[in-house]
Amino acid sequence: METFLQVVANGLMLGGLFAIISIGLTLIFGIIKVVNFAHGEFLMAGMFLTYLITTKLGLHPYASVVVVAPALFVLGALTQRLLIQPLLSARDDHVQIFATVGLSTAMINLALLLYGADIANTPTSGLRTPVDIGPVRVLEGQIYIFLCAALLVVGLELFLHRTQTGRAIRAVAQNRAAAQLMGINANWIYVLSFGIGAACVGLASSLIAPLYPTSSTIGTYFVLTAFVVVVLGGLGSIPGAFVGAMLIGLIDALAGFYIGSDLREAVVFGVFLIILILRPSGLFGTRVKLSHIS
Amino acid sequence: MLSIEGVDAGYGATTILNGVTLDVQAGEVVTIVGANGAGKTTTLRTIAGLIKPTSGRVTFEGQDITSLPAHEIVDLGITLIPEGRQLFPDMTVRENLMMGAYRRGARAQQHETMDHVMELFPRIRERLDQHASSLSGGEQQMVAIARGMMARPKLLMFDEPSLGLAPIVVAQVFEAIGKIVAAGATVLIVEQNVFTTLKAADRGYVLENGSIVLTDTAEALLSDDHVRQAYLGI
Repeated sequence: METFLQVVANGLMLGGLFAIISIGLTLIFGIIKVVNFAHGEFLMAGMFLTYLITTKLGLHPYASVVVVAPALFVLGALTQRLLIQPLLSARDDHVQIFATVGLSTAMINLALLLYGADIANTPTSGLRTPVDIGPVRVLEGQIYIFLCAALLVVGLELFLHRTQTGRAIRAVAQNRAAAQLMGINANWIYVLSFGIGAACVGLASSLIAPLYPTSSTIGTYFVLTAFVVVVLGGLGSIPGAFVGAMLIGLIDALAGFYIGSDLREAVVFGVFLIILILRPSGLFGTRVKLSHIS
Repeated sequence: MLSIEGVDAGYGATTILNGVTLDVQAGEVVTIVGANGAGKTTTLRTIAGLIKPTSGRVTFEGQDITSLPAHEIVDLGITLIPEGRQLFPDMTVRENLMMGAYRRGARAQQHETMDHVMELFPRIRERLDQHASSLSGGEQQMVAIARGMMARPKLLMFDEPSLGLAPIVVAQVFEAIGKIVAAGATVLIVEQNVFTTLKAADRGYVLENGSIVLTDTAEALLSDDHVRQAYLGI
C-alpha cells in the first residue's frame, strides 16, 4: 500500500511538472489558434536564462523568475507581433505553424552556437531535498512546481473571467471580428496573450531548472508531453491542461512501476489514443474551431 | 454625419463595391436596399473598418476614417450590429453586454446604459447569467442589439437584424428598433424586409451589383416602379 501511495505521489508530482509546462501552450492556442511549435524552445531559453542568472549573480533559482518571466513575455509578444501577425492574412493557416517550427529550429541552433552542446546544471539550492508527507516522500522542488501549477491555473482563470482585459481576451478568442466591433484591438490582445502564455513558460523554466539539467535540446524532451497534455485536456482549456497533466503523470508513474519503465511511453500514448477515440475534442474540449475550417 | 465617397471595396482580389457614395445625416434613419450579394453587408463592414476600401473615402463628423482600424472607429461612435448576431457564445449575456461597453467613452456609464437597455429588452434581464449560446435566435438578436447600444454610439448600423428569425420574433425586433429610432438615434440599416424598413426610414439607397443605382426619400422609393417590382414584389 505504501508503495502504491508513493507511486501515486510521484505521478502527481510529474503531473505538476507537465501542467506547468503545458499551461502557456494551451493558453496561446486557445486564444490565437496558433500551435506554437517553439514552445519547448521557449522553455529551453528560460532555463538557460535561469542558469545564467543563478550562476553569474549567485541568486536563488526561484528569484530569477522576476527576470525570466518578463523576458519570456517580451519574447512571446515579439514572436506574435513580428512573426505570427504578418502571417495572419496568409491564405493558408499552416504558414503560421511552419513559422513556429522554423523559430524552434533557429532557437535550438542559436543555443548551440552560444552555449554549445554541453549540459548546464543550475544549482539545486536544496530543492532536491526529499520531504516526507505522511507515508510518501517527494522532492521539495516538486512540491513547489505542483503548487505553482495549481495557483497558475486558478490565477489565469480568475484573470480571464473577472477582469476587463481578461474578458476582452476571451471575446477575441470566441469571435475576433465581433470583438473588434466592440472596440477591442484584437492584434494587441494577441500580442498580450502570446506574451502571457510565454511568461507562464518563463515561470515554468525557473521552477524546473534546479531539478533538470539544461541543454539546447531540453525543449524537445518536454514539449511532446506538453502537446499530449494539451490535446488530452481539450485544446485551449486551462483547467483541462491541469487535469490532463495529472492523468498523464499518474499513468506514466503507475505504468512505469507496475508494467515496466520501458513501456511507460507506450502505455501513456496508448491511453492517450483511446481517450481521443472516445472523446475527440479532449476531456474539457468544446468545439475546436480552426479558422481555416469555419 | 457619415459620408462615403466613391468607395471600391471587396475581399482579396474580388471587388464587390464599385464607387459607392452615400451619406447619413444626424438623426436620420437610412436604409440600403438590394438583392443578396449586391454589397450591402460589405458597405457596412467597410464603414465599420473591418474591410479597407481600395479607393474612395469614408468620413465621419468631418474626420477621415478610411484607414482607421475597426476598434478605433468604434471609439468615434460608430457601432455595427453584425449579420448573424455574432455574440460571444461562451460568455454570459451580462459579459456580452459588458463587452459592448468596452470603448472608453462607454465604460464609465456602463451601469446606466445597461439599465436603459433592460427597459428596452425586458426579456434580457432574466437571461443575464446564461451563456449567450443557450438563448433562442430571437433572444440572441435582442442581446446583439442591446450589446451594440451599450457602446452609446452616435451612429448605429444594423445588418439584417431579422435574418433567420420566426415572424413573431421579427415583429418584436422591429418594435425594439422602432423604439430606438423614436428615441432619436441615427441609424443605417440593411434589412430583407424592405417594405417594413422603408416605412420606418427617412431615406433609402438602392444597391445593385456593388453600385448605388437609385436614392430618394423612403416615401418616394416605396412608390417607385423599379423598387416595387424588384424588391417589394408588387
